[in-house]
Amino acid sequence: MTPQTTPQARRIWVFIEQEDGAPHPVSWELLGAAQRLAAELDAGHAVVEGVLLGHQVEAIAQEAFRYGARRVYLMDDPVLAVYRNLPYAAGVSQLVQSYQPEIFLVGATTLGRDLASAIATRVQTGLTADCTELTIDPKQGILAATRPTFGGNLMATILCRQRRPQMATVRPRVLPMPEPLAEAAGELIHAPLGMAEEEVPVKRLRLIPGQQQLNLEYADVIVAGGRGLGGPDGLPLLEELAQALGGVLGVSRPLVDAGWVSAEHQVGQTGKTVRPKLYIAAGISGAVQHRVGMSGADFILAINSDPQAPIFQVANLGIVGDLYQVVPELISQVRALQGGDDHVR
Amino acid sequence: MHAVVAIKQVPDTSNVRINPDTGTLIREGVPVIINPYDVHAVEMAVRLKERFGGKVTVLTMGPPKAAEALVECIEQGADRAILITDRKFAAADTLATSYVIAHAIEAIQAEEPVDLLLFGKQAIDGDTAQVGPGVAARLDVPLISYAIQIEAFDPVARTAIVHRRIEQGIEVLETTLPVLLTVEKEIAAVSRAPLPNLIRAAAYQPEVWSADAPAPFDPASIGIKGSPTIVGKAFTPPPKGAGERVHVAEVGLAAAVGTALARIAAAGVVAALPAGINGGQP
Repeated sequence: MTPQTTPQARRIWVFIEQEDGAPHPVSWELLGAAQRLAAELDAGHAVVEGVLLGHQVEAIAQEAFRYGARRVYLMDDPVLAVYRNLPYAAGVSQLVQSYQPEIFLVGATTLGRDLASAIATRVQTGLTADCTELTIDPKQGILAATRPTFGGNLMATILCRQRRPQMATVRPRVLPMPEPLAEAAGELIHAPLGMAEEEVPVKRLRLIPGQQQLNLEYADVIVAGGRGLGGPDGLPLLEELAQALGGVLGVSRPLVDAGWVSAEHQVGQTGKTVRPKLYIAAGISGAVQHRVGMSGADFILAINSDPQAPIFQVANLGIVGDLYQVVPELISQVRALQGGDDHVR
Repeated sequence: MHAVVAIKQVPDTSNVRINPDTGTLIREGVPVIINPYDVHAVEMAVRLKERFGGKVTVLTMGPPKAAEALVECIEQGADRAILITDRKFAAADTLATSYVIAHAIEAIQAEEPVDLLLFGKQAIDGDTAQVGPGVAARLDVPLISYAIQIEAFDPVARTAIVHRRIEQGIEVLETTLPVLLTVEKEIAAVSRAPLPNLIRAAAYQPEVWSADAPAPFDPASIGIKGSPTIVGKAFTPPPKGAGERVHVAEVGLAAAVGTALARIAAAGVVAALPAGINGGQP
């Protein structure tokens, strides 16, 4: 290649997810990953770009620039006001066919999973779901997407050698949140959807809002309980500790299956992936299905009466003891420390 | 009313073991089950048949052993079961799998129209949740994923109202038929199979479809050839390595908890516990 030729930019795309005009933070996490991939792939010519669909959502494009998008393709249309699979999949697929990105990352949210498989099928390419690590294979120069499989018992690195884009979804909180730039500009490219409302066979009649937003995925402190609680009566105790630490309640799957607590509290393979600063696991044995959802926490405190419990394998500190003794003691010592702190001030 | 349910026979992942020497999955002796979400999809189809009359067809792509899973669906009340099996399908990724299922559904549809396509929301072995949406895209039918309830179903007016769970709550959608739903377990509680079904299932042999007959599949779209993704490598997740451990029985309750709080404070991770405190450390 001579210096005179303009080499084709290698586009790394991120789907900028929004709902009711609010961007989903996983979009920024993906933009952070996309910048790392761009540097690994081809520092000179790889470019990070965002894809944004919705109605009256242009302001989100500015935010995407601050998180590293150099260009944002925007489809702004009343048909896209509420997410529906068909118009979103058709719109994004058109953009993919026009601009031929090399890599395309989508959040593994309810919306993102629904959308990404439809796009991958329409453009006939490979899609790797729920990746926990994305790198560029140095020998082949292609995306190496690693994901847990068989219920988290095995990790597999998936490659998509020939077809493009190489698509991957990543759950919220699996990747770190990048620091936004204070000031950033990028190029906004408007693209038409070209679909009328009459062409969409699915209509949203109403939305029954969930209980108050728990936002487990983005909590800084999670106090989680498992089967070792022995019954739902222990949950208020954990909630009390969570409250003292400014955190929220998490649980492992058996508690949800038993109907003691709603699924939005569930951490793990079939629940949420979390990345808190502090994760306290009380009475959780730590099956691999749970660990894959919480091992990214900065500090893990495990409380379990069984010294062999696998949760201790991922804990920074383990207390071997009865949670019904340890948790009340934690609450009282935390309160004492906080009281003492106030006193000093 | 004609419903087609796509199911998968999967290893019971709660019983999966890993060979510690090779880092590979030990498949021998691992029990296989119908993917748990698929059981509820079959149940939903059977309930609709009970209400509106009609037929439930179940299909799966898999090894010959997957016939067992189909027979269980007959026990549940399905009328027809099709096993799509051929070595040529081996190593299919989700794109190739969605091609096979979609092509088979087109063949079924050519015999008799289909009103409803049901899939479990995901299979517990791969957890990708990609095949159902992929089939909807291929067949160009509306997709409603993560469905938890069919509020209304009208095979005459050809519409349905379906609830799906999304992050903001429950979305209520109206759709035309046919529609493809991927379902959560709440879609229908599984009831015990009635005796006549069990008797019928005992003698039932699923139809077997190969890559070549009765609905020839495009050789370039199946198996390895039809799969854009390959597994580069597989490995067991590396252990993080256990940290420090304190036993209440050895150091006492107050000291154990004090140590924990001191470590958390030292890590500086929690604003509610400022670094620099010395929570009960000796």
